[in-house]
Amino acid sequence: MKPFFTRTRLLSLISTAVFFASWQGLAMWLNSPVLPDVIQVAEVLWQAIVSGELPHHLGITLMRLAISFSIAMLLGCAFGIALGRHQALNAFFDQWLVIFLNIPALVTIILCYVWFGLVESAAITAIVINKLPNVIVIIREGTRALDKDLLEMAQIFRFSKFKTLRHVIWPQLHPYVMAATRSGIALIWKIILVVELLGRSDGMGYQLHIFFQLFDVASILAYTIAFVVVIQLIELLLLKPLDRKALRWRR
Amino acid sequence: MTDFLVQIHNKTYPDKQHPERVHQAIANLEFNVAQHQFVCLVGPSGCGKTTLLNIIAGLDTQFDGQIILPGTKPAKIGYVFQNPRLLPWHTVRENIELACHDGIDARILDDLLETMQLTRVQQSYPEHLSLGMSRRVAIIRAFAINPDILLMDEPFVSLDAPTARQVRQLLMQLWRQRPHTVLFVTHDLREAIALADRIIFLSTPPMHVVRDVQIPLSAEQRLNESPIEQFRQTLLNQYPDIACLL
Repeated sequence: MKPFFTRTRLLSLISTAVFFASWQGLAMWLNSPVLPDVIQVAEVLWQAIVSGELPHHLGITLMRLAISFSIAMLLGCAFGIALGRHQALNAFFDQWLVIFLNIPALVTIILCYVWFGLVESAAITAIVINKLPNVIVIIREGTRALDKDLLEMAQIFRFSKFKTLRHVIWPQLHPYVMAATRSGIALIWKIILVVELLGRSDGMGYQLHIFFQLFDVASILAYTIAFVVVIQLIELLLLKPLDRKALRWRR
Repeated sequence: MTDFLVQIHNKTYPDKQHPERVHQAIANLEFNVAQHQFVCLVGPSGCGKTTLLNIIAGLDTQFDGQIILPGTKPAKIGYVFQNPRLLPWHTVRENIELACHDGIDARILDDLLETMQLTRVQQSYPEHLSLGMSRRVAIIRAFAINPDILLMDEPFVSLDAPTARQVRQLLMQLWRQRPHTVLFVTHDLREAIALADRIIFLSTPPMHVVRDVQIPLSAEQRLNESPIEQFRQTLLNQYPDIACLL
């Protein structure tokens, strides 16, 4: 068995400690309400957790993330594979893709709220529209890079459409799907807060908006820390194991 | 059971550098193959042998002519490609099982793996295998579907001589246990003599049949170098026109 404190683990532990120590030092030196020290923030964080406020808002944001992420990935993979496989389809939709890729997130969010009202579905739609073109582009590239030899093999041995998708295409797309997932979660986190700030009365974005108005920097930092921890957990408990499982065949 | 007939009047490719010109790959190529015959197609590199196999396999449908395949409709085709084309994310055993449309009896698969001396690595992933082993897996995969016709595209190319000889002998062992109609492409005349009942010599493009020769050697004679070498000399003396195709 490997020792718990490997060299890499020790290094990342030290780096975390250095980060918090410099923060603490800077805060003590500045002694300003704009930068509260680590202990203050920890207290606020603890209070927010115990009162149930943070879990409530974080939970709502996470749920929005999960729903919009799933929709965007599902549609994105379907469209991406279709565009990668069919040249005519790609020629037709390429312009649309470029347009949607470059519309500022704020514009889609505002338009969705204006057109559909300040409702949950408008919020989800806005997030999906922002993320979808990204997934499509990544998966399309993956589909274009598919190994033609293996596809021919599948054709010769009469693999059904589903079997080809599952055993020949999907494993080749895996790295692209993981790239879309990682960049997707990061992008959605950023957009989701703006969506909540502009038109929702719960969630992390809404809370941050209130803290901004109250000039409550300690709470902003506490919520940010909660945020970072959740991202780390998703990476550690969800994405890393998925990677390991899918890539076990590699030398 | 219908015979197996190949009749290609014309097969052209657009020339990549000069789009207005076309490159004629095959012209008036015609032969038929009896059931369970082992036929080698011998011709110079780049003469379009792979194109021919792809047409027979149905991968390439842009040609003028007809292919009549033996057996059930649609005919079951086993194809051993030049590269093994295994799915790297599946084990050896899974690769073979996946290819079998109607599933495969575990005992039959065990037998096949045993014959090809792959029992030990059946749970390995292809990236952990040597090229010779991967080739053998590809051969089993093609046999496992119990094909009406077996197409093999230089399956021993880029193997070192002893490995190639070993795999060739394993292939013959397998084929004698389970005879199938085989079309085997090679540019190595010795290999063709060692394996085939019949050799069809193909020309440079536009490809057509130059010679069609029966190989009367027995199984024992094929195990030794000298009868093969002798027969090769006889062939070359008898048909001087094939020398330039090798």
